[in-house]
Amino acid sequence: MKSLLATLALSTALTIPGLAMARPVTLTTTLNNYGGRGAYLALYVTDASGAYVGSLWMAGTKSRYYEHLGDWYRATRGDTAQIDGITGASVGAGRTFEITLDLADAVFDAGYTLHVDAAVEDMRDSPNEVAVPLTTDGSGVPVAGRRYVADFAYSM
Amino acid sequence: MIRRLHRWPGLLAIGLLVVLTLSGAALSVFPAAERLTAPQAEAGLSVAALAGRVQVAFPGVEQIRRSPSGRITAYWFDQGTPGAAVIDPATGHGVGSADPNVAERWLTSLHRSLFLEDGGRIVMAVGAAAMLILSASGAALVARRAGGWRRWFAPLRGPLAGRLHVEIARIAVSGLVLSSATALWMTASTFGLLPDGATPPAFPSEVSGTTGATFADMQVLERTPVAELRELSFPYPGDATDVFTLKTDRGTGYIDQGTGALLAWSDLSGWERISETVYMLHTGQGAATLGLVLGLMALGVPVLGVTGVVIWLTGRRGRSRIRGNQPARRAETIVLVGSEGGSTWSFAATLHAALTQAGQTVHVGPMSGFAPERYARARRLIVLAATYGDGAAPASAKGFLDRLNAVDPTPDTPIAALGFGDRSFHRFCAYARAVADAAQAKGWRQLIEPGTVDRQSPQDFARWGRALGSALGIDLELAHQPVLPATIGLRLVSRCDYGAEVQAPTAILRFETPRPTIRQWLTGGGFARFAAGDLIGIVPDGSDVPRFYSLASSRRDGFVEIVVRKHPGGLCSGQLLALEPGDTVTAFLRRNPAFRAGRGRTPLILIGAGTGIGALAGIVRGNARRRPIHLFFGMRHPDSDFLYGDNFPAWQDEGRLSRLFTAISRGSRPHYVQDALRSETALVAQLVRDGARVMVCGGRDMAAGVAEALTEILAPSGLSPAHLKAEGRYVEDIY
Repeated sequence: MKSLLATLALSTALTIPGLAMARPVTLTTTLNNYGGRGAYLALYVTDASGAYVGSLWMAGTKSRYYEHLGDWYRATRGDTAQIDGITGASVGAGRTFEITLDLADAVFDAGYTLHVDAAVEDMRDSPNEVAVPLTTDGSGVPVAGRRYVADFAYSM
Repeated sequence: MIRRLHRWPGLLAIGLLVVLTLSGAALSVFPAAERLTAPQAEAGLSVAALAGRVQVAFPGVEQIRRSPSGRITAYWFDQGTPGAAVIDPATGHGVGSADPNVAERWLTSLHRSLFLEDGGRIVMAVGAAAMLILSASGAALVARRAGGWRRWFAPLRGPLAGRLHVEIARIAVSGLVLSSATALWMTASTFGLLPDGATPPAFPSEVSGTTGATFADMQVLERTPVAELRELSFPYPGDATDVFTLKTDRGTGYIDQGTGALLAWSDLSGWERISETVYMLHTGQGAATLGLVLGLMALGVPVLGVTGVVIWLTGRRGRSRIRGNQPARRAETIVLVGSEGGSTWSFAATLHAALTQAGQTVHVGPMSGFAPERYARARRLIVLAATYGDGAAPASAKGFLDRLNAVDPTPDTPIAALGFGDRSFHRFCAYARAVADAAQAKGWRQLIEPGTVDRQSPQDFARWGRALGSALGIDLELAHQPVLPATIGLRLVSRCDYGAEVQAPTAILRFETPRPTIRQWLTGGGFARFAAGDLIGIVPDGSDVPRFYSLASSRRDGFVEIVVRKHPGGLCSGQLLALEPGDTVTAFLRRNPAFRAGRGRTPLILIGAGTGIGALAGIVRGNARRRPIHLFFGMRHPDSDFLYGDNFPAWQDEGRLSRLFTAISRGSRPHYVQDALRSETALVAQLVRDGARVMVCGGRDMAAGVAEALTEILAPSGLSPAHLKAEGRYVEDIY
């Protein structure tokens, strides 16, 4: 657990190369044309028991809207320290958003799940928009989201 | 200073403010439309009952939301596809699409960020700040112009653009302050500058782990009326550890899905409440009527912008540049100018040119720059001072009186003061008089008696110039030309002569109404629109200075009529009285909105003597609605100068004139119009108590006598001409 957290924290500083126990993972999220403003997305990981482990990325910079990312907000109580330095712009409808970060080997095939919560202004909140188990076999297999995400994939 | 705080933010931000206010006004319609179309919940309906109905209709319901307008929306999942609908709370069934309105979203993006991200939000916040500054500085200017905050809604006089600007502003300013202040609060909130973030309770560490509680089991849902609901989120299907989340106007809580118990609750913080109120006030969501009112007020801003620019341009154009202005330390004559809108500067330029031509070295500067120690070679000081509002110092004279009072010793250069103002104001030329009084109190020698110029009258100015010239021992002809409007030839149709027997040849001259150009017809310019009491300026041959005459007819009458008395040696009156039908004179129209009968049915008391009857007769002639009019008319002799004497009986028969009182000044018992008023004391006092409007037209001495008589007549009622003037019920046209 410790190592994962450490890696997650380090993933904010992608400049540190060659971490022995980690590998670069690319997360690709494509939104469908839901016809609204830019979506806020929270990407985070829970363990086998469903407990929050750490955040990978936050798309959307205004913390006052984070409460609409229901599950993430409930797990972190809106603690912005969790996403310090791993925050970027919200993602427009129909756009593809890609991010590469280092994830510890230990996270794969160990019951961890990657979640995406989504929210759009004036539209329904979509906590748990995507929930995909982190497995070596699942790499590169696109998964559809519930409302806003056309497909999501992680690839090593 | 305040004026600059109003002018520059206004000129710089006008484009932005037009976008902001037009989009804001358009947006204000949506909350009202939503309020009208959304099916409302019956009074007392509980959230539990509503949730039950919705769940029957949509078994996969995930969330129920209620907007401040009362519109209820349900979101659900049905076999893997999300759905949403506006719900009729009476049945739980969907009645309409829940998709956000595209136009509203487009307008919102424009209104808050110009379709940009944070940069656009900051630009719009700057616009809101500009609007707040404009509102505050504008309110201060309106109060100053009206003569105090208590006279906020005092009647306005002056050019149309200025009146329109103030008229709209004093109504709209409250809404603009509210909209712009709440906009700034919302921006601060968006950028996280306020501690008003959500404060939901900690997620319960223990849940029952069971499912199946009915809504009836959930006490808190039974207790909460739909009117307080904001959002009810359902637990994930099949996740026994999840809970119901309830948000209401009071706070947020979690409800166990197995037992129905309230597991945790937290109230909204004070900051959250303030921010929500601010949001409601700004958007009108939850206060649709207020939103519409604010939207209407915002629509005033584009008009304010246009009229504001017009006022600014007019002020700039009116300000002549002074050529060959000498430095203060080298000039023999120092001319100090106290001007608010800039028109007094153009008089100063005329004076400068004339004095320079007479071989003097002249310096012209603002009164606020008064520095006697610098006037090394000065031999005289001339002060040209306008009055702002009710006797206040105009913009370019700030601090003058303080500096004047502090001067020690009193300079031995003599001083001359000339006041510019509008006689229809209660305190005509009050500031110039204050300056003259202060100089006199210091024992400052006066070059000539203080003079006055009424409504930029070139004649008044020329008269004062002659007095100044004789004091200086030079021939001073001040031909001041305030930018003359386009003139037109007026053709005489007929004339009616009076007064030869009393050595006062007078004529009623009737001219053809000039055909307006299409542009005049569209804009109401030129002679396209005029009313009795407006002025025509006649430019006589051999002079550039126009003379003004009151109009005795309105556009509806189909002719242009004036009453002219021949002045001994008068250039213009001589030419006019020599006109024969078919001859033309050069003329232009100047509106005189201060001297109008106005609408309404309250009685009119019209008082005039000599040629002053013209405008009053025009008002009587136009009184088709038979408003009670009491006319007091002073003349020399009924056989000689009873102007309109043949028309009055017919006008009385037609009900256009209620009563006519005449006063004859020639004869064994000279009787003036003020005497006629005194002999009707009871009637006049009663009419004024009933709200009558008093209009006086004629010579200066007559007007002073009338004011004196009315002071006596009204004193028992606790009223006075000054009081009526302040209410706009006592207007004068004096020459």
